[in-house]
Amino acid sequence: MKKVRLLLVAGLVGMLALTIGVPAWGADTIKIGVIGPMQFVQGKGHWNGATMAAEEINARGGVKVGKKMMKIELVKADSNEFLNVTDATNAMELLMTRDKVDFVVGGFRTEAVLAMQDIAMEYQKIFIGCGAAHPELCTRVAQDYDTYKYFFRGTPFNSAFLVRTSFLHLKFVGDILKKELGLEKIKVAVVAEKAMWADPMVAATEGFLPKIGMESVGVWRPSPVATDVTAELSAIQRAGAQMIFTIFSSSVGIPFARQGGELKIPAVQVGINVEGQKDGFWEATQGMGEYILTMNTYCRGVEYNELTAPFVETFYSKFGETPTYTADTYAAIKYALVSAIEEVGSLDADKLVKAIEESEHKVPGGVVKYMKDEQGRHLHDLTWGPGYLTSLAVQWQNGKPVGVWPNKWVAAPGAPEITYKGIQEYKIPPWVIQAYKK
Amino acid sequence: MLIDILITSLINGSTYALLAIGFSLIFGVARIVNIAHTAFYMVAAYCIYFTTYRLGFNPLSAMITGIVFVSILGLIVYKIFIAPIREHEQAVLIGTIALAIALQEIMMLIFTGDYLSVPALIKGYATILGVKVFYQQLITFASVLVVLGLMRLFLMHTKLGLAIRATAQDREVANLMGMNESRVAMMAVVISVGLAGATGAIIVPLTTVEPFMWSHPLIMMMAVVVLGGMGSIKGSFYAAFILGFAEAMVVFLIPSGAFLKGAVALSIMILVLIVRPTGLFGVQFEEER
Repeated sequence: MKKVRLLLVAGLVGMLALTIGVPAWGADTIKIGVIGPMQFVQGKGHWNGATMAAEEINARGGVKVGKKMMKIELVKADSNEFLNVTDATNAMELLMTRDKVDFVVGGFRTEAVLAMQDIAMEYQKIFIGCGAAHPELCTRVAQDYDTYKYFFRGTPFNSAFLVRTSFLHLKFVGDILKKELGLEKIKVAVVAEKAMWADPMVAATEGFLPKIGMESVGVWRPSPVATDVTAELSAIQRAGAQMIFTIFSSSVGIPFARQGGELKIPAVQVGINVEGQKDGFWEATQGMGEYILTMNTYCRGVEYNELTAPFVETFYSKFGETPTYTADTYAAIKYALVSAIEEVGSLDADKLVKAIEESEHKVPGGVVKYMKDEQGRHLHDLTWGPGYLTSLAVQWQNGKPVGVWPNKWVAAPGAPEITYKGIQEYKIPPWVIQAYKK
Repeated sequence: MLIDILITSLINGSTYALLAIGFSLIFGVARIVNIAHTAFYMVAAYCIYFTTYRLGFNPLSAMITGIVFVSILGLIVYKIFIAPIREHEQAVLIGTIALAIALQEIMMLIFTGDYLSVPALIKGYATILGVKVFYQQLITFASVLVVLGLMRLFLMHTKLGLAIRATAQDREVANLMGMNESRVAMMAVVISVGLAGATGAIIVPLTTVEPFMWSHPLIMMMAVVVLGGMGSIKGSFYAAFILGFAEAMVVFLIPSGAFLKGAVALSIMILVLIVRPTGLFGVQFEEER
């Protein structure tokens, strides 16, 4: 009897060891780790985008790898990176060692993604970042290609281009204010959350404003998680600002928009307000986010190309919300990874790196082409500009986000005007008109 | 600018005062350092959100429901969780930290980490001496005065108030005089948690509802309580406005260092403590006498 028990226990232990130690039961699956802050909108975007891509690909039979069709299996990893970078590195480590994924997409906070990147590179796994904007993630690729070549930026374009785009938005709205309200030199308050990614943007903004005939009346740096910014708003109004250039990726974007709207501060808000990119912004600001303008990747009704509307509308009908940029895990899987795997006919990371870095492919947000630096070294960073990725400026009008830029945008002298399908006119808040209309 | 700073200080300070008064009460009477105090405030905020948007309550009914719910929750938590370990201060301290994190995680599970909000009782703002102030902020300020007045009436003119004061002064003597010290402590906990709930109810329209909304107020509340003197309600009141003033000064005078407002307020607390280790109005307990 004892022997039978011993055999049973040994059998069970063996089964358990096999289950844990050999996770790749189905050799006919491609395992993709989706890592992000899963309790938050950003992580949900990562997961939903990836799910949609996997379902579409699996529905058509899977990925053609040589002569074999392989299904995609997603592995969800909660990085909890808003609260703890160590949680993020642990989650990435588990994806590598326990789940033995083939590829990884996701990541959000630069501080966390830099650490996660090192782990993925150590295991020589392709990691497509879908959230962090810091250039360092890609300069590492150029500086130490052999180590970091497995990293690609999936979204958004890097913070230098984010700055450039938001300056275009600033000028776009500034020109409208000058024309409509007869303002000559526009006074701008720069309000940036205290975070690493925002620091270079603040410095660049102060240098840029005089070049476009605007004047800075001060820089405010609230905490990214501030819940009351009435003091800052009072100070901005006292300073006489007519525009507020916002640089927010955290929750402070909500009270700033809500309290600014409720107090009817006579200054338009333009810039980056990541909270303003989400459908829940309207409810979160109790409807006071009206007229807020933010850079955004997707907006229902606006199309970059023929892939945009099917992606946005399917996503909306499936998940009940407009995709935010972290949902570009969809494009990372479908148009970068899967296309490269089918082209190469292999899951070999080195072969895939070569294929991805040389590819130029259409995605719902434009066209992806990977850049090289000035010395011709691969950066694996996204090309910005007309014909590639530009993003949108979206303004909240009547409780809905509406695309307002690019609207007759001329990127360079002599270049053709660019207006995406579905773009509408920018609206100045009535209390701002009332304050300045001569 | 001075007017801006003064008005902003009064508004900031009233929020901290509301939180700190309840915390001081529970510490003064029951010697319970309830780190979960602001977590109850967070639960009240979620309760108001839930009753407003999921059950369709009007804002006032939602607020009352939130306060009652949190008070009952506080009572249950006290009975089954705090009372058995009450005599071990370190255990209470660590236990209430765990409780706060547990409440945070529960809210995260139910509502996820999405940022939510609730409508103000009275929408809009008033302009006072050129400074725009939300009506809800004026309600907060008025509430501090009302709560303080009611607390004074309750503590000075009711039997239970007398028992609470007696217990706060000397637990053993109060016990020997026939007061049920444990019952008094329980009532203090309920009142204190109810105050946290009320603070949540009053302040929630001015803030963002999310699972971590309890941590920053906790730090500021602790700073207020330590600066004012542990256990002193009067001290908490003054300290709240001192720290509110410090924060407003930072935002108006060093705008690019606005994120430092909390740090500056905490530094002031440390400076005061170096000069007066018991805080501004420190209460001496029997074991310290």
